[in-house]
Amino acid sequence: MSVFIIRRLLQSGVVVIIMSFIVFSGVFLIGDPVEILVSDDADQEEREEMIKSMGLDKPFLVQYGIFVSKALKGNLGESFVFNEPALLLILDRMPATMELAVVSLMIAIIFGIPLGVWAGLKPDSWASKSIMTGSILGFSLPTFWVGIMMILLFAVMLGWLPSTGRGDVQVILGMPLSIFSWDGFSHVLMPAVNLALFKLSMVIRLARAGTREVLHQDYIKFAKAKGLQESRIILVHVMKNILIPVVTVLGLEFGGLVAFSVVTETVFAWPGMGKLLIDSIGLLDRPIIVAYLMIIVFLFVFINLVVDILYSILDPRVRLQDVKS
Amino acid sequence: MTQKPTLDVRDLRTYFFTKGGVAKAVDGITFSIAPGKVLGLVGESGSGKTVTGFSILGLVDQPGRVVGGEILYRGEDLNKVSAERMRELRGVNISMIFQDPMMTLNPVLRIDTQMIEAIRAHEKVSKEIARQRARDALGQVGIASPDERLRAYPHQFSGGMRQRVAIAIALLNKPDLIVADEPTTALDVTIQGQILYEVQKLCSQTGTALIWITHDLSVVAGLADQICVMYAGKIVESGEVNAVLDNPMHPYTHGLITSVPSKNKRGAPLSQIPGMAPSLLSLPKGCAFAPRCKWSNSNCQEQPDIRLAPQNRRLLCHNPIEYNNDNIRQETS
Ligand SMILES: Nc1ncnc2c1ncn2[C@@H]1O[C@H](COP(=O)(O)OP(=O)(O)OP(=O)(O)O)[C@@H](O)[C@H]1O
Ligand code: SF4
Ligand SMILES: [Mg+2]
Repeated sequence: MSVFIIRRLLQSGVVVIIMSFIVFSGVFLIGDPVEILVSDDADQEEREEMIKSMGLDKPFLVQYGIFVSKALKGNLGESFVFNEPALLLILDRMPATMELAVVSLMIAIIFGIPLGVWAGLKPDSWASKSIMTGSILGFSLPTFWVGIMMILLFAVMLGWLPSTGRGDVQVILGMPLSIFSWDGFSHVLMPAVNLALFKLSMVIRLARAGTREVLHQDYIKFAKAKGLQESRIILVHVMKNILIPVVTVLGLEFGGLVAFSVVTETVFAWPGMGKLLIDSIGLLDRPIIVAYLMIIVFLFVFINLVVDILYSILDPRVRLQDVKS
Repeated sequence: MTQKPTLDVRDLRTYFFTKGGVAKAVDGITFSIAPGKVLGLVGESGSGKTVTGFSILGLVDQPGRVVGGEILYRGEDLNKVSAERMRELRGVNISMIFQDPMMTLNPVLRIDTQMIEAIRAHEKVSKEIARQRARDALGQVGIASPDERLRAYPHQFSGGMRQRVAIAIALLNKPDLIVADEPTTALDVTIQGQILYEVQKLCSQTGTALIWITHDLSVVAGLADQICVMYAGKIVESGEVNAVLDNPMHPYTHGLITSVPSKNKRGAPLSQIPGMAPSLLSLPKGCAFAPRCKWSNSNCQEQPDIRLAPQNRRLLCHNPIEYNNDNIRQETS
């Protein structure tokens, strides 16, 4: 197991290095921040001073070198706009985004697995067909549009839920979180459902396909031949098998959830990193964009590692391969 | 001296309603088995042996369905009992060993989980007692260091080991009736001998009746009391095992026996039943064996009726071998 983890850590390091280069050169190619930051009536001298202070006068590779050496010390540059370290600015917004993503993930799991298993057990029933139709909608309707419709219905027309912001936050384990107060919860509910819809549809489909497949296996028939209760067959024999693909895919998609929250955060004015990113792109605040992308890279790499470990816990056949290698 | 049978199957029919038509996988079979006896069920691939076993346990899946007949287990018709009653019977009164050992154990559950649940589904016993019984059952089928093995996962076992675990599970609750579907094909000869010995011991000691499904006539010869020969969903010949094997009256049984190596002279070419097993979707109008039968004649265009021969033998053939008018008569019922 530890050999496996060390090998995976080395691989992850290589990925991070390559991604940092791609991210940095990608951002280097987009617009000139000076145009936006310098006021129109500034003269040439002021302009050049500005460029120098931001380090934009140096060649690309030198800029990259400076970026890397600073990055290794945990400094991903200072925001042009806020004059504060980009990393801190983002980390400050991170709990909000993480909370949103985690609540969405929970919604996707808690509703997706039972609905999917049900649809797999009774594929021809009326309820299953409705579930599957719903999941197609969840896949195909654009997130931002659904978000706007939700605000229209639940906030504007019915007035049940607030449309924007985080509401009350409580500091728990050093992180400000909304979900533990009623006001906060009512704020997080709509954006979380909005963000969850796509994953929920995916979990339903995965769980249904898994259930259909597992039900036809000989070991399910053998479990019946042992005279087990149907509930045990479904909750233990079927469930444990379908959890493997569901957990793997969901885990890998968690990074996507964080990245996708950009749209939901914008629609619901949720003060997370996604909203910060969109604002920063508008202002061409390069260090923030770079720092955001680097954090996402780290997140994906980390999630992959965790998923691999989880996977090996769930699927005993994977464990054996580790021991051998 | 007729004992009350453990299982009495009468005119059982299990059909599969497929897109291509109705496959009559089991088409009107009748047999019974007494406590402590072993019934060998033989026949070519696709003749309906496994489907017969699944029918008895009520495990036929879509698109299949038991469409007729009675399965009397100690007088109780299993076709008519509730799902819950059937569940109570499975694994305790009637258990089954499946054909493919690689697929019968759940890959993500440990062996102990899969054994202990089989006990605790039917009895309120502590996990420790259940584990003890699981351990004993593994020992019974010749698995060394059962304690360690209990904590393993199926993929850590070879095919033969998995089949022994499956056999141990079938024996766990000391059932009255075991349906064993080719249980020893995956095992090597010494283990096969040990398992056969254990199974025979169990049958004679506890009065367990055993349906042993196999291709291997030599196993049937050594183990079984009764034999049923299946062809295309029907039992074409049945009776006491030595009588049938020494003196096969149905052409198909005859063909099966002469294609077994040991029955031939060394060096002589094996005889083979010509042709292939027919598709269940396009059976000949009369006797299903007719296209492959050396004895067929114009009568065989009609379905043969069941005939009774001495020693309780039953036959499904117009022209039995060694036909003798005094011995064979039309079944009257
Ligand atoms: N799920 C199914 N769908 C359609 N037909 C089926 C199905 N299962 C079995 N059958 C039909 O039942 C017939 C008998 O199958 P069965 O598995 O009982 O044969 P068998 O005698 O056990 O053969 P083998 O020796 O290969 O195990 C098959 O030929 C097939 O036509
Ligand atoms: S009924 Fe005719 S074809 Fe069928 S086995 Fe008997 S002799 Fe052969
Ligand atoms: Mg079979």
